[in-house]
Amino acid sequence: MKAGGIKLLVVGLLVSVLLIGGMAGAVMAEDYTLGLSISTLNNPFFVTLRDGAKSAAEEVGVNIVVADGQDSVSKQISDIENLVSRGVDALLINPTDGEAVVPAVEEANEEGIPVLAIDRGIAGGDVALYVASNNVTGGKMAAHYTAARLALGGKIVMLEGIPGTSAARERGKGFTDVMDTLPDIEIVTSQPAGFAQNEGYEVMQNVLTAQPEIDAVFAQNDLMALGALQAIEGAGRTDEMFVVGFDAVDPAIEAIGQGRMSATIMQQPGVMGAMGVKQAVQLLNGEISVEEGEMKFVPVPLKLITQDNLDLAK
Amino acid sequence: MNLSLKANDWRTAVANYGIFIGFFGLIVALSLITDRFLTVRNLLNIAEQASLISIVGIGMTYVILMGEIDLSVGSLVAFTGVITAGTLTGGIPLPLAILIGLGAGFALGLINGLITVYGEIPSFIVTLGMLSVAKGLTLLYTGGKPVWGFGEAFKFIGGGKLVGIPLPVIISACLYILAIIVLNTTQLGRYIYAIGGNQRAVRLAGVKVERIKTMMFGLSGFFAATSGIVLASRLASAQPTAGGGWELDAIAAVVLGGTSLYGGEGRLAGTLVGALIFSVINNGMILTGIPTFFQYVVKGGIIILALLLDKKLRQS
Repeated sequence: MKAGGIKLLVVGLLVSVLLIGGMAGAVMAEDYTLGLSISTLNNPFFVTLRDGAKSAAEEVGVNIVVADGQDSVSKQISDIENLVSRGVDALLINPTDGEAVVPAVEEANEEGIPVLAIDRGIAGGDVALYVASNNVTGGKMAAHYTAARLALGGKIVMLEGIPGTSAARERGKGFTDVMDTLPDIEIVTSQPAGFAQNEGYEVMQNVLTAQPEIDAVFAQNDLMALGALQAIEGAGRTDEMFVVGFDAVDPAIEAIGQGRMSATIMQQPGVMGAMGVKQAVQLLNGEISVEEGEMKFVPVPLKLITQDNLDLAK
Repeated sequence: MNLSLKANDWRTAVANYGIFIGFFGLIVALSLITDRFLTVRNLLNIAEQASLISIVGIGMTYVILMGEIDLSVGSLVAFTGVITAGTLTGGIPLPLAILIGLGAGFALGLINGLITVYGEIPSFIVTLGMLSVAKGLTLLYTGGKPVWGFGEAFKFIGGGKLVGIPLPVIISACLYILAIIVLNTTQLGRYIYAIGGNQRAVRLAGVKVERIKTMMFGLSGFFAATSGIVLASRLASAQPTAGGGWELDAIAAVVLGGTSLYGGEGRLAGTLVGALIFSVINNGMILTGIPTFFQYVVKGGIIILALLLDKKLRQS
């Protein structure tokens, strides 16, 4: 009987220790405080990004402190310093300038606070994760849409962005990688038009003269797509071809609504913010391991916008 | 004796009309290479593509003829475009919005002139500063986003056609006729050439050099504004990044057109042909399928070669 009583006591103690320990663990997870230093909230893209981050933090059960850099490098640097001295567990930085924030990132590194770059890269310091849209994937999505609408056969014109920029290179690579695998689709010409509407218009005018047969146009951003659209409409060749853009800017969304433009690729800032928060928590929990000096790229999914899902872009 | 005189005449003719001969040669060559070049539609496209730079080139020719330079025109194109678009979408009637845009361009141009002339600072520096100031004002005014959503009336200025000819081409042609008349037949025109030739002598002759110079900088801003408004209308959207680098395109057209960067010598018809040559080259390279990255090399090479040839012909 006595021995049984002791046993019971020991079991009871063990159970209560486990319970308290478990509760303490739960409390610790809730105790994470993330710092989000954002370049500017005077831009709907970043407002949506912040909202996404906040609701993800609520969902996962962590605290988040947001600082608005107001597009000023010096404001953002002091924001980051304040977040570091406040003792946040991880820092999410959406830099106004990827070079200028490096010293502030290094300060966080010294305190052992992991840093995540959001949307824009950071040129130095120890950045564990880089969470951003993947332009190559976006180019591929545009290619799959175009190829499907052409029933895997036809002639395509590509309008390229500013040569040498990463956006132009990556969007172009994603698009051509897919098209190269399709023998019946030919990119008849690919011309740079500087990511600008006026250049898109003028280059497309010339391309329309040069190419008697065009079935589709892919422009690496919406401004060039809108310019190309005006050239096609001016030449009266709207029935022959359709236009696909990239970025989902307002005039492009309107053009898709009017049925003048076919599709565009939209970034998802809300998803980007949410992924940043969740990745940060996983990093703190040790569910993602990143070696020191290494940076992992976390691609944020993009969305194809057509007339069917236009409300998503509004 | 007689023969050598004739050879000299021939040389002078080539030197004076070299740009026009080159332009004609380019057209003949492209017509032979591709049958897509010499069509009414393609020629109208080329004229339309050249129209905006050629309008900026009028003011630039005036300024360069006086031995000065205006680097601010590209930024003024964007600034006046967004000001006009902004006032228009803000509910101001179209004619007034256009006047505000033109006035803004003229005013900033005048500031260029006043600081250059009365502050005695080289126009290269003053207008480089204005390039940055106007760019900043444009971004501040728009928050970096394009201004759009106009009525059909405004869109007609840049996108409309009269008897099949794009309106920007007609606007550019009218402005050139006017500007050439002023430069070639009026007292003011003679003063502009004279100031570029020998400013001190003109001043000693009692001409108000300062006033003329300041006005010409104002006019350069006015022509940039005209171009900016037509551009915003053609695109149905005024973009804060519009006109980037146009100052260099306009200067290239002026210089290719035979106007001396030292002032005193040149003509407006040359600037127009210079702007057209660049459009023909852009058009021709796409029509003949020259690899894209090579196009930049060709364009730059042509300017340097043309000027070298011009100089050699004039020297001999």
